Amino acid sequence: MTLEEILFYSFAAGGIASALLVVTRRNPIISAICLIVNFFCLAGLYLTLHAQFIAVIQILVYAGAIMVLFVFVIMLLNLGDERRLRDGFTWKKVAAGGFGLGILMELIYIFMIQTGTPSIELERATNIGTVEAVGHMLFTHFLFPFEVTSLLLTATIVGAIVLAKKKLD
Amino acid sequence: MVPLHSYLILSAGMFIIGAVGVVTRRNAMIVFLSIELMLNSVNLTLIAFSAFFGNATGQALVFFVMTVAAAEAAVGLAIIIALFRRKQTINLDEINIMKW
Repeated sequence: MTLEEILFYSFAAGGIASALLVVTRRNPIISAICLIVNFFCLAGLYLTLHAQFIAVIQILVYAGAIMVLFVFVIMLLNLGDERRLRDGFTWKKVAAGGFGLGILMELIYIFMIQTGTPSIELERATNIGTVEAVGHMLFTHFLFPFEVTSLLLTATIVGAIVLAKKKLD
Repeated sequence: MVPLHSYLILSAGMFIIGAVGVVTRRNAMIVFLSIELMLNSVNLTLIAFSAFFGNATGQALVFFVMTVAAAEAAVGLAIIIALFRRKQTINLDEINIMKW
């Protein structure tokens, strides 16, 4: 059991456990906090894959901005512990879980029968995970999507403000 | 050495959990959280392939996926706020005025 395997299995177990908690909790604040834990486990997994820039961006953007926005909105709506939104046990949920498990078994089978999977190329992985490498990709090959993303964010800001503002009558 | 298919199986598992969450839950906030979970599982797949094949394209693509996920989360939450102002509920079973 090398350190790499120990780290992978602990982050993977944390990721799966927090994902299950996100989907099954009744209180949306608890779900949001479990999703934040999931994002931290994913950032750890990105670090085991030598993707330093994406790991830090994951924590800054996802856990630090998007989830804060979610928690703000959950608290703004002030739903309480949802006695009104009883999301109880139905057989439809069991069927959905069963189908999901079936698809997961199929995917695992497809992944496991592959032969000749490459092992991680350590030096190349380290070289492409840095800020310089990702920045080089962003500003040469992906320049047009990068500029279009700024347009997308402007449209998002305008749209969110128009949708959420109160009518001033 | 952790092989590639371990990362892919983990990503598939998280995606399936998110998909079951989207389909099953009636609370709109939990549905949005499950959608974010699915997007993150795809990010993990992209980074795993990018590291194992030495191609930086996957990491640039993850950057764009994160940006689009942020934009979608913002607009989706604005929609939920507007919906809550109208109907005072975010239970998806009660939002059925477009049902035939």
